[in-house]
Amino acid sequence: MTAALSSRSLRAKSARARLQPFILGVISVVLLAVLWELYKFAGPADGLTIGETRVLPRTTDLAMPHVWDMIARLGGPLTGSSTAIPLWLAVLKAAGMSLGIAAIGWSLGLIVGFALAVLMQRFRIAESAVLPLVILSQTVPLIALAPVVRVWGSRLEFGSFEWESWMSVAVIASYLAFFPIAVGALRGLQSPDTIHEELMRSYAAGWWKTLVYLRLPASVPYLLPALGLGAANAVIGTIVAEVSTGLSGGIGRMILDFSNFASSDPAKPWAPIFGAILLGLVAAGLVSLLGLALGRYRRAEVSR
Amino acid sequence: MKGILSTSLNKVVPPVALLVVLIAIWQIATVVGEIPAFLLPSPFAIVDELVQFFPAISSATRVTGTNALIGLVAGAILGILVALVANFVRLVDSLLAPLVAAIAVVPIVALAPILYSMFGANSELSRQIIAGIAVFVPVFANTLRGLGQVLPVQRDLMRAYAASPLQVARTVTIPAALPFVFTGLRIASSLAVISALIAEYFGGPRTGIGSFITTAASGSNYSRAWAYVLGAILLGLIFYGVTLAAETFASRHRRR
Amino acid sequence: MNQLNPTIPGIPAVDVSGVSRVFSTKRGEVTALDGIDLTIAPGEFVSLIGPSGCGKSTLLRLIADLDQPTTGSINVFGTPAGIARQNQKYGIAFQQAGLLPWRTVTGNIALPLELHGVGKTARTQRVSELIEMVGLTEFAGSYPDQLSGGMQQRVAIARSLAEKPELLLMDEPFGALDEMTRERMQAELLRIAAESKAAVVFVTHSIPEAVFLSDRVVVMSPRPGRITGVVPVSLSRSASSDAEALREDTAFFASVTAVREELHGESSGASARGVDLR
Repeated sequence: MTAALSSRSLRAKSARARLQPFILGVISVVLLAVLWELYKFAGPADGLTIGETRVLPRTTDLAMPHVWDMIARLGGPLTGSSTAIPLWLAVLKAAGMSLGIAAIGWSLGLIVGFALAVLMQRFRIAESAVLPLVILSQTVPLIALAPVVRVWGSRLEFGSFEWESWMSVAVIASYLAFFPIAVGALRGLQSPDTIHEELMRSYAAGWWKTLVYLRLPASVPYLLPALGLGAANAVIGTIVAEVSTGLSGGIGRMILDFSNFASSDPAKPWAPIFGAILLGLVAAGLVSLLGLALGRYRRAEVSR
Repeated sequence: MKGILSTSLNKVVPPVALLVVLIAIWQIATVVGEIPAFLLPSPFAIVDELVQFFPAISSATRVTGTNALIGLVAGAILGILVALVANFVRLVDSLLAPLVAAIAVVPIVALAPILYSMFGANSELSRQIIAGIAVFVPVFANTLRGLGQVLPVQRDLMRAYAASPLQVARTVTIPAALPFVFTGLRIASSLAVISALIAEYFGGPRTGIGSFITTAASGSNYSRAWAYVLGAILLGLIFYGVTLAAETFASRHRRR
Repeated sequence: MNQLNPTIPGIPAVDVSGVSRVFSTKRGEVTALDGIDLTIAPGEFVSLIGPSGCGKSTLLRLIADLDQPTTGSINVFGTPAGIARQNQKYGIAFQQAGLLPWRTVTGNIALPLELHGVGKTARTQRVSELIEMVGLTEFAGSYPDQLSGGMQQRVAIARSLAEKPELLLMDEPFGALDEMTRERMQAELLRIAAESKAAVVFVTHSIPEAVFLSDRVVVMSPRPGRITGVVPVSLSRSASSDAEALREDTAFFASVTAVREELHGESSGASARGVDLR
């Protein structure tokens, strides 16, 4: 009797432990909302201006809509027209499109980043020459050159293949994603202990076999956080590139367009922001799922 | 002494060599391939623009750099302070963990337009806030990790010496945490520059590098756009270089 | 007949000839091994023993072609060490088990077989034989992090035997284990070595362990690494003899003393006990 009870309470405890971060996350979001409303209630009506810069925002409903107004507005229609779809649906559609483009960009970044990592692991000279340039590449705001990417793309001709605007966005997203993936993959490929490398050498296993049987599985604990970072970067790249290339239909465009409603419909600009946040969370969540699937390779990880 | 020189050379020569080769290929390609400027300007044309427009480029770099710096300093101070609190108050740590994890994956720049309307369209503050939030995340995460680096055996030792909390902090906690803090700063430095720059695409005053890149690009003046990009690269390198030097200095006694 | 190179009919398992290994470090050159000559017969169990820095592990790594000698040559079953490694003439076990954490016990033991293209049915059969040999049948599906140190070493030893090598190279495989487990594992190893008839080169710094396991104990000294002496051990080990009884045999203690004296540089030769100095 006692044994059955204790095993049931053990399972209950582990379920609670897994649920805990979500509950705490919800609580912290609620706390943020409370802070927002608190400032609206108790803060100076005209905000605080030091010299010429406004350091604290005004607390009017126009500048800072109530949290419940923001939520309510999501249920309202997209535009004033009678055939308009609800706002939350429009946001989801836009977020969905951006998610798709980000996923493609991420996959491209994964291929390029991983290929570079394998190259750098294989040849020391490649690592010393290429890695600093890879780091340097991240200081280049390629995003700004989005129009150039578009022009380049339109010059590519494979039969009936046509370069579409969203492809420029995906390329830019992949540029931002490949860096953390390349760095993380390289670290992972270099991570095996000397003893394992020597074991492989004692088996006369060549570079390729060592890669497949040792380095790839050993790199998983390093690759997964890198993939997560890459996903987050791909999302940022997608959103900003949408603005640069003028691609419509995505969440980036929506954020920029809706910002014009700041004075007429103050809760509206918040809707695509929530959409972008959701987008980031979903992208990260998908990578975590990947991490779950590869759980076998993470047994060597030391948990904090 | 000779060893240090040769290792530094070994580290610097290959990437610089590769970079020079790539730029050379670029220059040759633009001349031989007769690639028009709107497709890809030649490196010489870019440097030419840089020299011609130097005052404008350097003042734009200064604006973006100042925003990035303010964001870096504010975000770093906030990140360290909050990490200290989270280290000692478990409830704060548990509450913040999912929140910071979420901020790390969501596009903070999405807040830019809203911030412009909240703080005014002429304010640089919105860009500084965005840079600050981007900086906060890695500094907080790395500082917290560093504070947790004190080994149980070191804690026991301090307890056996009846050391005061201040002594413990000075002799064990801070030295252990410092390298991690600087790692966080290094990661945050380039984020600060990029975030400050990207925030300029979403509105606000036309003062920084980002605004001028978009102006030049929409005017099809790509050489000038790339010249501003060069300024952004240099800015990013300076930030990265300074924080990297600080990190190397702080970690000099640490076994790898 | 000399103890370093007994007259052996046929090809020796290991033939080390005039080997030295010099490392260039920041502080100058370090002679890890100098003028090593050693021959090991097929089926012979030889231990290398000595204080830290005597080069015993270095010598083992040279035989395994994990490192190359500065001068001299090493032949394994008549072929140079490098080619012997390519032809997989030996199995190796390290002090840390070196198991891949993402593979089960079965997966780890099967690793060399997979790498060398052994078919699935042959593999499965060989692996289950080996698991049974080391007594881990219940843990076939367990992961290394679920096993104790002794169990992990048993998996490592099973793995080293996977391809039925005629030479086993072992670098202090029981070094990280507690004394009780260690003695148990020594008895296991003796049994396995006798069954497989493999030659074994065994690095250790425990005198009782060396005496218990070996036919000959090679004593080495550091700076530079050299072989200072070889102590033959003739204990009656048979499949039916009790390992514990062996450890309590007077002949065992005599051999231990002989090795110890050799290590401490005192004159060996005839038994040092009970000799009247006149």
